[in-house]
Amino acid sequence: MKSKLENNAVLELLKAKFGERIKSSEEPFGLLTIEVTSESVHDVISWLKTEPSLAISFLTNLGAVHYPNDKGREIAMVYHLHSLTNNFRIRLKAYVSIENPEIGTITDIHAGANWMERETYDFYGVIFTGHPNLTRILNEDSMDYFPMRKEYHLEDATREDKDDRFFGR
Amino acid sequence: MGKIENLQVINGEGYQLSTLDKVVAAARKNSVWPLPFATSCCGIEYMATMGSNYDLARFGMERMSFSPRQADLLIVAGTISKKLAPILKQVYEQMAEPKWVLSVGACASSGGIFDTYSVLQGIDRVIPVDVYVPGCPPRPEQIIDGIMKIHEMVQHEPLRRRYSDEYKAILNKYDIEGNEE
Repeated sequence: MKSKLENNAVLELLKAKFGERIKSSEEPFGLLTIEVTSESVHDVISWLKTEPSLAISFLTNLGAVHYPNDKGREIAMVYHLHSLTNNFRIRLKAYVSIENPEIGTITDIHAGANWMERETYDFYGVIFTGHPNLTRILNEDSMDYFPMRKEYHLEDATREDKDDRFFGR
Repeated sequence: MGKIENLQVINGEGYQLSTLDKVVAAARKNSVWPLPFATSCCGIEYMATMGSNYDLARFGMERMSFSPRQADLLIVAGTISKKLAPILKQVYEQMAEPKWVLSVGACASSGGIFDTYSVLQGIDRVIPVDVYVPGCPPRPEQIIDGIMKIHEMVQHEPLRRRYSDEYKAILNKYDIEGNEE
């Protein structure tokens, strides 16, 4: 079914509202993707939800990506949002550094972000400031690292029955 | 109840003689109560083993014990994540002696294909295992073969084994407290 909103129109609205805080935009596979500064993620998502002409009020997913070679912007935070009434999807990206991976929580806008942010913290170590209970959710509590960061091997280091040469470690 | 084999008895008029350990072993062997700890596809094969086609009941094992207190045999079938490992160990500790452990499938035995940070690389890292059944998943025939091996161990287990120093050393290795005499 066709969307009631056009990518260009939404992008113009966003640029008019946030100006320089929208850093760039692209449309891979027709999905409007905008990069915003990490400080303004909360404001943009809040505005997208409350703006009556957009009504982008559903958080489909949020997660992180680790780009170890991208100095100063190693961790990418990705937010997928959906307008149920307009049948419109948008993707937000914000980059933070690995030394200080902090970004504001959006649990006050979307309650469903609670567990997603805990999962992102669990696997990537992103600190969501203002989150009500930022603890590990899937991994064991005693785990002392963030396993989806690229510097850690996927394999269990204690396994003995495999020849390391064939498994990249 | 299955046929009691290799039980040497001397029959006389009004009495029957045997040795206590052989009678106890035969009784234990023919009434092993399994506790299924099934987490994934091996658990489905185990359910088929339990069902009427393969029929564990003919070995005196029709009573699945879903409480560890009354179970003799812990059957671990499936992938055990590291987060689940302390719970598996707790279940094992709650079982009363004598107890046996059957590890069903590649994942329970070695981690299988899940060579990853979140999966326990074999349950023998947290509890002692008596018999390993290979396969991914093993067919019910293989699981029954493993259970037959367990039966053999049960039948030939000396009565005092669970109090022996060797057994206590095995438990100590896993940081589990043994029986007090």
